[in-house]
Amino acid sequence: MQTQKKIGDVVLAVDSISLSFGGVRALTGISFEVREHQVLSIIGPNGAGKSSMLNVINGFYHPQEGLITYRGVTRKQMRPHEAARQGIARTFQNIALFKGMSTLDNIMTGRNTMMHRGLFWQALRRGPAEREELAHRERVEQIIDFLEIEHIRKTPVGKLPYGLQKRVELGRALAAEPSMLLLDEPMAGMNVEEKQDMSRFILDVNDEFGTTIVLIEHDMGVVMDISDHVVVLDYGRKIGDGPPDEVRNNQAVIDAYLGVAHD
Amino acid sequence: MLYRETGQYKTSYQADQAIFPIAQDRWFVFAVIAVAVFVVPFALDDYLVNAVMLPFLIFSLAALGLNILTGYCGQVSLGTGAFMAVGAYSTYKLVTAFPDLNLAIVVLLSGLVTAAVGVLFGLPSLRIKGFYLAVATLAAQFFLIWMFYKVGWFFNYNMTGQITMPNADVFGVQVTGPGAAPAARYLFCLGIVMVFALAAKNIVRGRIGREWMAIRDMDIAAEIIGIRPLQAKLSAFAVSSFYVGMAGSLYFGVWLGAAEPGEAFGIERSFLVLFMVIIGGLGSIVGNFFGAAFIVLLPILLKNLMVDGIGVEVVTAKHIEITLMGMLIIFFLIVEPHGLARLWQIAKEKLRLWPFPH
Amino acid sequence: MDWLFLTEVVLSGLMTGVMYSLVALGFVLIFKASGIFNFAQGVLALFAALALYDFLAPEGWFNQLFGFTLPVPLAILATAGVMVIVAWLIERLVLRHLVNQEGIILFMATIGLAYVLEGVGDLLFGSDVKPLDVGLPRGASDWLLDGFGLYIEKLEIVAAVTAALLVTVLALFFQYTRIGRALRAVADDHQAALSVGISLRTIWVIVWAVAGIVALVAGIMWGSKSGVQFSLSLIALKALPVLILGGFTSVPGAIVGGLIIGVGEKVAEIYLGPYVGGAIENWFAYMLALAFLLFRPQGLFGEKIIERV
Repeated sequence: MQTQKKIGDVVLAVDSISLSFGGVRALTGISFEVREHQVLSIIGPNGAGKSSMLNVINGFYHPQEGLITYRGVTRKQMRPHEAARQGIARTFQNIALFKGMSTLDNIMTGRNTMMHRGLFWQALRRGPAEREELAHRERVEQIIDFLEIEHIRKTPVGKLPYGLQKRVELGRALAAEPSMLLLDEPMAGMNVEEKQDMSRFILDVNDEFGTTIVLIEHDMGVVMDISDHVVVLDYGRKIGDGPPDEVRNNQAVIDAYLGVAHD
Repeated sequence: MLYRETGQYKTSYQADQAIFPIAQDRWFVFAVIAVAVFVVPFALDDYLVNAVMLPFLIFSLAALGLNILTGYCGQVSLGTGAFMAVGAYSTYKLVTAFPDLNLAIVVLLSGLVTAAVGVLFGLPSLRIKGFYLAVATLAAQFFLIWMFYKVGWFFNYNMTGQITMPNADVFGVQVTGPGAAPAARYLFCLGIVMVFALAAKNIVRGRIGREWMAIRDMDIAAEIIGIRPLQAKLSAFAVSSFYVGMAGSLYFGVWLGAAEPGEAFGIERSFLVLFMVIIGGLGSIVGNFFGAAFIVLLPILLKNLMVDGIGVEVVTAKHIEITLMGMLIIFFLIVEPHGLARLWQIAKEKLRLWPFPH
Repeated sequence: MDWLFLTEVVLSGLMTGVMYSLVALGFVLIFKASGIFNFAQGVLALFAALALYDFLAPEGWFNQLFGFTLPVPLAILATAGVMVIVAWLIERLVLRHLVNQEGIILFMATIGLAYVLEGVGDLLFGSDVKPLDVGLPRGASDWLLDGFGLYIEKLEIVAAVTAALLVTVLALFFQYTRIGRALRAVADDHQAALSVGISLRTIWVIVWAVAGIVALVAGIMWGSKSGVQFSLSLIALKALPVLILGGFTSVPGAIVGGLIIGVGEKVAEIYLGPYVGGAIENWFAYMLALAFLLFRPQGLFGEKIIERV
């Protein structure tokens, strides 16, 4: 039973978003709202357009129609580094870590936008650049502590098992101190224990830092447990939008998952 | 037994992030530097300087530059030769226009000019990747060499089309031209290489180095977490070209003394430096020294072995050298793409366990 | 405006372009089937020409070992056989071990391969220039000269026709045969191809053998024209802009790209060259390719790459 938490105002609103690739329609007329401090899950059968929706939110895909309003500013499309600088961070379905670097370095890259010392100071190292580096290292170590990955901090991430890689990716997203976190199937391929750990991390982040979380997930148990709000997509259209209990009993949603034929 | 970390605890992040965290490593490096600075100059003769030490130092610097671009930032470049030419011709123009300028300043300025040119030719990299970028750098390679042949301003309209380095000094000590002492030339290059190798190491382990590696590993993800690909790639081109330009400046000014564009800076030079980077290790600083040493010493070893030793003809020895070089490239790419640097690392790790096998 | 001269320049450029296309074809084949940009393609052409010369010449190894030289058709067949063996060796010693590596590593491996082939070729056959005579017609086409006042070499016409034939055969091969389909599958996704039972190794040997034979044809044409010499391998470098223009995976693209580069170079040299001191041919192709890269990176016929995260 969750203690009552303060859900804030609408921080992100997508309005009539439509997205196509060539002839393939990925999203049609999607509209929903995300409120501050909320944990919102996007669910739906495979190919429903969930990842595409996240990609639109952080600017990797540009929708053909529709508007995105983030923090009061309405745009036709986002740009990736703008989204990053405005406090949106994300993880990816197929892990997008920098395989040539260690865990520590990967998470440090999450802080790159906050580091400003120029080339000359970097070359010198001693002095301002080193101080900046150490200050950020402190914060990153706190995240490493939080995610319990101290033992692999110097390991090249390419060598880590899948579950740990997912955790490192979450670490990199957290390092940016985001106000909104987009998580694309953070628990894919995990066993029960790993899922429990990951759920705990996600809830802790939401609790302690108040981060708004938008999450794509297939495990219904997890979704129903941790979400405040659920949006359901099927074939690129929205077929459900409400608190978990309401969505659970929605006939259209049940049909979609059971594979009832569409006209 | 000798090489152990026991008793060496790190109590601060700063200590943890040192370039050589293990004390024995530090001692080793200091020893190498001490020998290089205090012992080698006295053991030098003209031959050793010209055939081994100068090319080794100069190509290490060039390899450092190329490694930054290709090894750390993942942008393939086949234009190294031409960028060395930019450095060389910048040096020539500067020294002929300002004969009293301290050569160290000339070298630095040549590097800056090359950095600017590098940024210009690096602009296409924003839209192009991989082999395509290699082609763009080839465009730079062929165009620049053509330009240095044709445009008289670059070689001061002299009759031969060649550029020759006049005498120049650093703080009163002559380091170029026929009268310069071998030790002076050696120490000048050594100084530049040491300072800038340290600078390179510092850059790659900081924010900018991480940006480069992020672009190399997955540029889409890098952009999504807020790294600007434009700035990261251009900074890689700039820094890389700066190093390559300085190498070209020393190559012409201190080592060769005279140069013609095609012969000294043609595409074979670009391949040579690329081979040094591959054999030494992509994404490594110390690897560049290994790679440069290897490529500089190989022909000498082969010549001594085959021509002087067994009596093979010089031409045949050259063919064998080419074949061997190709085979080594393939060998390293298959067996150890991280080159001699990784082999060195592995050797050190075995040493840590010695005398135990594992 | 001297139209006759312009026509001659354009036609001459087209002929050179055909020669470039022949080399580029080999690249496209290998890239299509294994995703490798084979820098050694030019050297393969050189090696093929050297081997062919050896079978034909009295001072070659073959004559020294067996006491006779081969007639032209047999020599060509024998050389094709040699190229197949070379392909098999390349697969066995190099490609097999680099299966999952990234493109840049594979590319650099082919640079190493180019050096090996060049060195071995020099060691076996010597590096002096050798004339190659396989009975191709020489001299200018009298018919064109007398009829239209155009000076076109017969050799170049033969090259053009051969290239056209080769392209047609290859295009049909890729589209309609089982092996062609398998090649396209491999080009798309190594793992997926493996999982449906396509043997990567066999495919690669086939592809490199075919590329070797294409290299042989290119080697014959170039060698007949200007003698067998080291500069033949540098043609590989010229093929790069051709591929940029035509797209790395398109057989017709290699032809069109080659023609455009050939004509472009010649026209630029004749008409722009005098203003800037000449020798534009050294870099014009690359600048053209660069321009293409900026505005249409996939070339005229290549596939657009969509990146997915």
